[in-house]
Amino acid sequence: MANDRTILSVTDVTRQIKLSLETKFPRIWIQGEISNFKQHTSGHLYFTLKDEGAQISVVMWRSRAASLLMVPEDGMKAIVRGSITVYPPRGNYQIDCDQIQPVGVGELQLAFERLKKKLSEEGLFDVAHKKPIPEYPETIGIITSETGAALQDIRSVLSRRFPSLEVILVNVRVQGAGAAEEIAEAIGDMNRYGKIDVLIVGRGGGSLEDLWPFNEEIVARAIYHSTIPVISAVGHEIDFSIADFVADLRAPTPSAAAELAVKDRRDILEVLGNMWYTIDRNVSEMLSSFRENIGRLITSYSFNKPKDLLRESNQRLDDLERSVSVSFSHVLQFAQQRCRTLDQRLEALSPRSVLTRGYAIVRKDGIVIGSSRKLRTGDVAHIEFHDGTIKSRIEP
Amino acid sequence: MTTKKTTKQSFEDSIRRLEEIVEALERGDVPLDEAVNLYEEGIQLSRACGEKLKATELRIKKLSKDMKGQFEISDLEQ
Repeated sequence: MANDRTILSVTDVTRQIKLSLETKFPRIWIQGEISNFKQHTSGHLYFTLKDEGAQISVVMWRSRAASLLMVPEDGMKAIVRGSITVYPPRGNYQIDCDQIQPVGVGELQLAFERLKKKLSEEGLFDVAHKKPIPEYPETIGIITSETGAALQDIRSVLSRRFPSLEVILVNVRVQGAGAAEEIAEAIGDMNRYGKIDVLIVGRGGGSLEDLWPFNEEIVARAIYHSTIPVISAVGHEIDFSIADFVADLRAPTPSAAAELAVKDRRDILEVLGNMWYTIDRNVSEMLSSFRENIGRLITSYSFNKPKDLLRESNQRLDDLERSVSVSFSHVLQFAQQRCRTLDQRLEALSPRSVLTRGYAIVRKDGIVIGSSRKLRTGDVAHIEFHDGTIKSRIEP
Repeated sequence: MTTKKTTKQSFEDSIRRLEEIVEALERGDVPLDEAVNLYEEGIQLSRACGEKLKATELRIKKLSKDMKGQFEISDLEQ
């Protein structure tokens, strides 16, 4: 017996065990419950997979961990894919894992609920933290895939409603491994770039797995820390993502996000039209009351030199009044017209333009005289015509 | 809140100023010569807004980073 005894070193036997195990289990799927889950500062994941009868150590290296849809937690049932490896310095074996799939479709939903609860408790969804969306943004940042349907949808809505915009796109992957990190980085980049008034972050519809990057903590925190207001636009109406809860405004779809971001220019034109109506009406009313005062001035006092001119201008004021009332009748159509047309017509009615038609402004000591009662015999008045001002003295 | 990259008045500023002019004229306590000035300012603002609304083509630019992490802006291929 003693002669048969081959004495192996620890290293030798471990090498044989390693060879035997690693050849026998090159790639296997194992189902069990996760326990002792630990994420090392290096980014590697360590945990134990167990069932009623046994347990086995699992390691997932950082490079592979990055592709996980959700962070594993103790108690989670999962199917792990990997190969058995032996670690000679410690004399143990473990699964070198490259994939972890939660068991049952409910797991992603559970992960979603857990993260939602956690971030909600931390205050990431607080209404008080939400920033207002600017009413008239000039530069819009979009974070999505440049080949996705979402970008086309947003583009067509913005083109229709308010094309005079600067739009800055950061192209990111919106699904799969690494997408969440890219989206979070893009949000940071947009903030550092700094010339953006509002951000749209999102993608078109897809499965829960496809939309998953928008349910990741790293994206939620990037949105929370953005100083640029964020509109989230993930999937369809029925899809709610963690990003939606953190965002300053949730849009049900990418198209809707574009509609929320900019006003329709036709509506703005109507607002402009209404403002012009008010300005025009007020100034026209001031003009006509001024006209009455000039009329009184002429009949109450006689002017030295410009008497005839004033009479003439009084006649022409009739013309002015006619054109003002014409403008009243058309004023409601302003909104439907191009702003430029509007400008030209209004400019023609400007009091300064009216001076070229024989109308004059009377000033004393630089102040416009709107009433005959403000002038006395002997007063010096300056009368402004379109081409200059003359000095006159009020006679008895 | 935001820093304007140019001294040009923003669209939002123009609309706000127009609203102020409307309010001032509606209060009715503006002397005629000031009203004349407001009227002319309103025409300028309206023209600026009108120009802004006339644009027809949306321009999209792409923001990316070069090897050193510096921002680059390029036109997005349509």
